[in-house]
Amino acid sequence: MSAAMRAAVVVFPGSNADQEMLRTLRLAGFDAVSVWHKDSSLPASTELVALPGGFSYGDYLRCGAICRASPILPAVRAHAARGGLVLGVCNGFQILTEVGMLPGALTRNAHLRFECSDVWLTPTGEGPFTRGLPKTLALPIAHAEGRYHADHDTLARLEGEGLVAFRYCDADGVPSEHGPNGSVRGIAGVYGGPSKNVLGLMPHPERRSEVLHGGADGKLLFDAAMRTLERGLAA
Amino acid sequence: MKAKVLVRLKREVLDPQGDAVRRALGTLGFDGVRDVRVGKLIEIDLGASARSSVEVTERLKKMSDELLANPVIEDYEVSVSD
Repeated sequence: MSAAMRAAVVVFPGSNADQEMLRTLRLAGFDAVSVWHKDSSLPASTELVALPGGFSYGDYLRCGAICRASPILPAVRAHAARGGLVLGVCNGFQILTEVGMLPGALTRNAHLRFECSDVWLTPTGEGPFTRGLPKTLALPIAHAEGRYHADHDTLARLEGEGLVAFRYCDADGVPSEHGPNGSVRGIAGVYGGPSKNVLGLMPHPERRSEVLHGGADGKLLFDAAMRTLERGLAA
Repeated sequence: MKAKVLVRLKREVLDPQGDAVRRALGTLGFDGVRDVRVGKLIEIDLGASARSSVEVTERLKKMSDELLANPVIEDYEVSVSD
């Protein structure tokens, strides 16, 4: 049997979803370890880097903005540039847009409330984390700044290149226009990187990943990533 | 030398915070408030500097592009004083 696929979860001051990220990665068969934001390198042979949810650096200035100065960031960028898988959930998604690893921005929910609820998602872009997913998934969201925004040219490119990974939808999989937070075209997650190897999404797959959570739809993303790696489809 | 960076959401970006303030002003009886946009003012003390104000302004613009503002959703203005 080959060595387990290694995954690294970056922990920033203020991260609060790193433990469930580690647990879910392990459930999916990864050898998952945490990496402190002050480290300047990833563990040897890291295949997947996860940026967890939370309030990194206190959400100061803008959510995710201060991560631009994080010592671990150059290693994460280099991993992504090589085609390595990167998953940013919630604050992790905000970080990926703030540092320019994904297009667009996440800003205040249109209704201003912190939105804590279960939502339906439909995968709308084929890629390492969405291959073989069912038409709909039920996942929880928990955010105040999750309204995806991008200009017209960026949206045209995202849609033209199949980079919209997930949209909010109803229980039948019919995409929603704005989702629960006012996101443009109901976008909940986007792909980026040289080979769609970087994924950011606002919903929390790691918080709906075992029966105890009331469902395990979220684990399917991690299973898809594992299949992608096992088949050698990611660098 | 001191600098101020005024960061604002771009016109085309919805500002729900500004809208909430506008509605609250109406509730308090301030009529005629058509629109409110909320931005942020960042004050920076650069200490004593031999740099010219042109150089300092360029430096502030670089700071704004790299960190202080998010160019996807925000515009900024820089002003420098002694």
